[in-house]
Amino acid sequence: MQSAIDTPLDIQKIRQDFPILDQQVNGRPLVYFDNAATNQKPLPVIHALTRYYEGYNANIHRGIHHLAEQATAAFEASRRAIQEFLNAKHWQEIIFTYGTTDGINLVAQSYGRHFLKEGDEIIISTMEHHSNIVPWQMLCEEKGCILKVIPVNDNGELLLDEYEKLLSEKTKFVSCVHVSNALGTINPVKTIIDKAHAVGAVVLIDGAQASSHLELDVQALDADFYVLSAHKLYGPTGMGVLYGKRAILDAMPPYRGGGEMIKEVTFAKTTYADLPYKFEAGTPNIADVVAVKTALEYMAGLGKEAIAAHEADLLHYATEQLAGLDGLRIIGQAKHKIGVISFVMEGIHHQDIGVILDQQGIAVRTGHHCTMPLMQRFGIAGTTRASFAVYNTRDEVDRLVQGLRRVQKMML
Amino acid sequence: MTINEKQDEIIDEFDLFEDQLDKTQYIIDLGKKLPPMAESKKTDENRIMGCQSKVWVDAELKGDRLYFYGDSEPTAQISKGLVGLLIRVLSGEKPEDIANADLYFIPRVGMGNLITSLRAGGLASMIERMKAYGRAYSTVKQ
Repeated sequence: MQSAIDTPLDIQKIRQDFPILDQQVNGRPLVYFDNAATNQKPLPVIHALTRYYEGYNANIHRGIHHLAEQATAAFEASRRAIQEFLNAKHWQEIIFTYGTTDGINLVAQSYGRHFLKEGDEIIISTMEHHSNIVPWQMLCEEKGCILKVIPVNDNGELLLDEYEKLLSEKTKFVSCVHVSNALGTINPVKTIIDKAHAVGAVVLIDGAQASSHLELDVQALDADFYVLSAHKLYGPTGMGVLYGKRAILDAMPPYRGGGEMIKEVTFAKTTYADLPYKFEAGTPNIADVVAVKTALEYMAGLGKEAIAAHEADLLHYATEQLAGLDGLRIIGQAKHKIGVISFVMEGIHHQDIGVILDQQGIAVRTGHHCTMPLMQRFGIAGTTRASFAVYNTRDEVDRLVQGLRRVQKMML
Repeated sequence: MTINEKQDEIIDEFDLFEDQLDKTQYIIDLGKKLPPMAESKKTDENRIMGCQSKVWVDAELKGDRLYFYGDSEPTAQISKGLVGLLIRVLSGEKPEDIANADLYFIPRVGMGNLITSLRAGGLASMIERMKAYGRAYSTVKQ
């Protein structure tokens, strides 16, 4: 049952780049299907991290010694790499954060607190991760803004006509996920952005799930903000990116105070640094920023289109195979999806599924996936989610199906 | 049988299984044998927090012995089995013995991820609730 698709990728060779995959879990070869939570890191990324600490660890920007210069150069080279990856117009538009959640909070706290006022409306969608709900709720509580929510249909697709009804001159901000972590749905973000702009609203796109699967072009999208996490694109944890249009970022006040973000400090007054440093207070996560460039190079080396084609094949194959299991219902059957399959099984709690799959060496995620309102929309407490990355195979999908048959045998 | 004798018996039973899956099956089957709890007892007060699935535990003092009743939402069969296992060890014992019980069988039965996973949060909460009943009724008696 090995993959026989038109992918130019040699998956077995790729798997050798990911040493973590080569291990036994509970006496069986590991199947890692929790990629939407975080994907695994290839050797070049791991090596980039150790090279940094072994060779040129130093605090960046103000040092005048050799190592500091080397570290600064590598750090800023990563910024340019991200700029290219997102096709941002200016390198100053790339702000390093601790992750997607951090980026959204930065925008909510800086842009939101400064520019939004009582009665202004913020639109999000039903399929947002809690990290794209709670920061806006906090802002609404503080400023008296009103949160509106785009509903989804039974397939897990946004209802765009309902979105249009929500839009008005009161809409000041739209924050929407590019790809749903719980369902895999790819949202039509270009349309969402254009419609928001038509009423003068500013738009943030949560690209956490999209970044390793889709070609990104923030200029073509005309996104005002785009946020992502490095650890979901084969890079290190604890590092993310906020892209913002230069004019908007320039107008925003700093979010955190400290080193790096200042021009001059006296006890009478502090003046702030220019972009992007104004938003990067404190010593940043230098090693992980440096290594993310390697992750982007790794993905580019494989080819994002080829990766997407391989994952699409796995999605198609898994959808077909899972359909053969009695009582299994896939939650989220959007026309446009990435390689994420969320499902429920009649009479079996998702956590029991997760435990018994784990005992067979298969790693999936179970629960509400930090999307409780979305689960409520579907009338469920949670799902079991299998999510695919470039190193997964059809054989592993077969293991999942066998594993689920075992679950059914034990439970029913 | 004392709490420790029951624990030793359970350890011996689990020793018969080499495979994690067989141990889990055994726990599921224990859950299936657990008498269902009256719906009226499935209250928020009796709900064990910290479990991803819904689990309830109730207790009743009869003479000098404390008896436990437990249940889970119908689909959560592993949780139900774990409640069943704890009931088997602790139910029908003196409150002070329950409060002071050293539940050494849990690490010894080698239930692997049942204990170490998120569910352990739930298991720990179940144990804590039962011991709290033990402490409360010991105090009442004094």
